[in-house]
Amino acid sequence: MSNDDYTLAELCITASAEVWRDDGEVLATGIGVIPRLAASLAKASFNQDLMMTDGEAYLVTEPVPPGPRNGYEIQVEAWMPYRRVFENLWSGKRHAMVGPTQIDRYGQANISCIGDYASPKAMLLGVRGFPGNTIHHPNSFFIPNHGVRVFVEKCDMVSSVGNDPAAWGPGMRRDFVDLRRVVSNLGVFDFQGPDGSMRLISVHPESSVDEVRENTGFELTVADDCGVTAVPTSDQLQLIRETLDPNNQRANVFPS
Amino acid sequence: MDKRTSIGEVVAEIRDGMTLGIGGWGARRKPMALIRELLRSPVKDLTVVSYGGPDVGMLCATGKVRKLVFGFVSLDLIPLEAHFRAARQRGEFEVMEIDEGMLQWGLRAAAMRMPFLPTRVGLATDVQRSNPEIKTIQSPYEDGETLLAMPALELDVALCHVNQADERGNCQILGPDPFFDDLFCRAAKQAFVSCERVVPTETLTSEGCIHSIHMDRSLVDGIVEAPFGAHPTSCAPDYGIDVEHLREYSASAKGSWDEYCAKYITAGDDAGYLDANGGTERISGIEPPIF
Repeated sequence: MSNDDYTLAELCITASAEVWRDDGEVLATGIGVIPRLAASLAKASFNQDLMMTDGEAYLVTEPVPPGPRNGYEIQVEAWMPYRRVFENLWSGKRHAMVGPTQIDRYGQANISCIGDYASPKAMLLGVRGFPGNTIHHPNSFFIPNHGVRVFVEKCDMVSSVGNDPAAWGPGMRRDFVDLRRVVSNLGVFDFQGPDGSMRLISVHPESSVDEVRENTGFELTVADDCGVTAVPTSDQLQLIRETLDPNNQRANVFPS
Repeated sequence: MDKRTSIGEVVAEIRDGMTLGIGGWGARRKPMALIRELLRSPVKDLTVVSYGGPDVGMLCATGKVRKLVFGFVSLDLIPLEAHFRAARQRGEFEVMEIDEGMLQWGLRAAAMRMPFLPTRVGLATDVQRSNPEIKTIQSPYEDGETLLAMPALELDVALCHVNQADERGNCQILGPDPFFDDLFCRAAKQAFVSCERVVPTETLTSEGCIHSIHMDRSLVDGIVEAPFGAHPTSCAPDYGIDVEHLREYSASAKGSWDEYCAKYITAGDDAGYLDANGGTERISGIEPPIF
């Protein structure tokens, strides 16, 4: 199989999988199709020690393909009901990749609401587990629609902690906060900019630093060695297409 | 000892202004038969504590909520809850919006009769800033760490739904996740549990692992046999989420809530409700959700 016919979704999956490369034996939680397939790819290739769930309450020995099961039976290894998820994440044994509606330069993110808090213009989910996740274990973010309304100067409701020094009061413990990567449809970012702010570390082959800058609502820091995002290998494409996502759920992420 | 009661008698215990905790999670194992009866009652000004799904949405749509304590409201397979969103966007009720784990922590504090439990969760976010009544506390030990003191979420009444119970109030959850129903019951002055089946005590131990008996009888004040009482949410392994029904329910947020109510809520009793949903055979056949 040649690797010159990959899709943007497949590129985002392989770029996102990298966030779990060196994590060892932790719960890999990918919320949404791309993060879930990225965790699946990491587990099925370079980090087989990762733990994953079936999306409900079971830990499974192999990633569960998203979408219809078509006779597939999950391979259970242990139990992970929500109560244990809380215990797991408060103890730090997890790395989640989530999809916020807004994110600022310090990685503070919003899934609660847009607009005035008393009567929001758009109520979303609520803060869910964002505050607890981000103050206790590593987190990464996937954003399929890189734009100035997502990469914002200031979140309407800060649902998860970030590296903004001004957000932290005396005596609060920040050393478990570990923001790793942001993968968007345009590029890949870490948090090694000034004061732990977001920094562009690679642009996807079809994008450019200028395009990223124009679509980012805060001043963009670019790494000195910012390069081009690695494209999927043919082995990775085969694994994604034949084993991890046989229902092609990834095709729905970026509607053409 | 026989704690069996009826849906009507349970709802008669709920008064204006009470704090009501609701078990389950999102679109899973919600005590919907009890909630529908509550919607039919004149009760108002409730403070509702829930891992929210259509229970919260329907109470919002009916104007029964004075304050909502929540981490999310979602129909799971339909991520956003249309009725909750509409009411929240109109600013119709007060909110205490907190992390899912903080909600558990507040229930646990109430269950243990503690004023609060410490956690880091919520610090350095707008959860802290939008809930000024939630205070911080300094660790009295050498570390001196600043922690958030999650206040006890004391409930007047808890409502839950389980697969099986005996008439004394021992409750069995046969699905994959017990959620936090036991904490809701323990945090409440009175707890009422509806179930698919009331069975002899020996059936609880013969039909499920001992670990599936999540509430012992001291946690439960009343048991209601309400087959399919979680519908349209799931009660695995008995039945899955009725996505078709939830789509109709969601769509009714766009101006046809009265019609939804007439068809499913105010029309009458449980038997009529099940018939309006294609009957018990159809509901039994709804597959468990795939996430």
